[in-house]
Amino acid sequence: MAFDFSQDTVKAWRRENGRVGVRNHVLILPVDDISNAACEAVANNVKGTMAIPHAYGRLQFGEDLELHFRTIIGTGANPNVAAVVVIGIEPEWTKIIVDGIAKTGKPVEGFWIEQNGDFETIRRASWKAKEYVQWASELQKEDCPITDLWVSTKCGESDTTTGLSSCPTVGNMYDKLLPHGLYGVFGETSEITGAEHICEKRAANPEAAAKFRKTWQAYQDDVIEQFKTSDLSDSQPTKGNILGGLSTIEEKALGNLEKIGRTSTYIDVLEPAEAPAKGPGLYFMDSSSAAAECVTLMAAGGYVIHTFPTGQGNVVGNPIVPVIKISGNPRTLRTMAEHIDVDVTGVLRRDMTIDQAGDALIEMIRRTANGRLTAAEALGHREFSMTKLYRSA
Amino acid sequence: MIANAHPQLLVHDKADNVGVVVVEGLSAGTDMLCVCTEDNSDFRLTAKADIPIGHKVALSDLKAGDTVIKYGEDIGKMVGNAEIGGHVHTHNMKTKRW
Repeated sequence: MAFDFSQDTVKAWRRENGRVGVRNHVLILPVDDISNAACEAVANNVKGTMAIPHAYGRLQFGEDLELHFRTIIGTGANPNVAAVVVIGIEPEWTKIIVDGIAKTGKPVEGFWIEQNGDFETIRRASWKAKEYVQWASELQKEDCPITDLWVSTKCGESDTTTGLSSCPTVGNMYDKLLPHGLYGVFGETSEITGAEHICEKRAANPEAAAKFRKTWQAYQDDVIEQFKTSDLSDSQPTKGNILGGLSTIEEKALGNLEKIGRTSTYIDVLEPAEAPAKGPGLYFMDSSSAAAECVTLMAAGGYVIHTFPTGQGNVVGNPIVPVIKISGNPRTLRTMAEHIDVDVTGVLRRDMTIDQAGDALIEMIRRTANGRLTAAEALGHREFSMTKLYRSA
Repeated sequence: MIANAHPQLLVHDKADNVGVVVVEGLSAGTDMLCVCTEDNSDFRLTAKADIPIGHKVALSDLKAGDTVIKYGEDIGKMVGNAEIGGHVHTHNMKTKRW
């Protein structure tokens, strides 16, 4: 008899808004690049807090500015975060970030540097950070259904083994957990190219299919056609993909799509960093295929655990979301095992079925939710990469 | 059921005309155990070249212009020839998209 995943629980933090978090970070979050130094000073003063420096946030405008705000607010709002100290150069945009995060009900306070200087800002923000981290350290975990987790996926350094083993492992996990109320998300708009007709058919309704087609076509028209200097042969597949045996974007895209399993269908298409709003199920997020950018966008959308199939060995992590690496490539397990959490090389040897591999991944999701550090966390991989749509003013 | 012997080549779909090497150090002349993951059926094929792990092998004689099928889908076209058991990659195939 199939295991009843709806009865399966993990020990995690239930946040003020009802969402479940699997980490308990106190963030020192810069609104803009020039506030990074103050944030890092606060995080150095107050142990157990984490600054997330990044490269942008000044003179952005329009859709690009909206994406910047959505990414920063979404990062602070993520249930893996207990409380947030926000620091910006000036009060108005700082307030936009603080107000956005405050909607979750979690503690958040903003500080700004103009007319205060770094020293005074760091002094005041450090007091607040100390209050938050001591408060967060006493928050208790409780039993939460495993299907209350939001689990994202994106693969990287793909090769032909990902399509045979690690991607269908993620697909099997989704096929088992999504029917019980899990939220899932996949994306990588440009990497669907070559299998866009198949991806379109995996929509749960005509609206989602039309939205996917529009999103995919917009990327072709607005980005590739405008900026290409030749065809994409030098970037897609990547040099690493080709070394791993992938010859064409079609072959790469078909392997990529194995991540959504046999039966799962997506119910809506999200903007980059947008939180899903149509209830439990699978979503497609318009996103880059670059690992750190994609994981950052999905974390900002509210996802708390990321499942990352890799063939040739991508090492990416994220500051707030544990990234679980799955690989079936025996050479990668031999040469860079310190990066891999779930070994599915048995699938290629035919002494492990995809069903067993899916169960092994669910078990690793359970252990990760209960507190096991992922390989990326243990190795200090905290890549936080903002997606930028166009040049700042 | 799971086979006891470990295969050297896996094929996704019965309709495919290429398979994937899943072991390191495969050398020309190896009599490969090949398994189709769709139904776990197996067959044997002799490798005609040293082929790296993850790279593709022709399951029939492929000529320039032929469509390459993997996952039961069109993944591109041959731009050179590959004999059965030969290496198929960017040197003799490419996408039809550009």
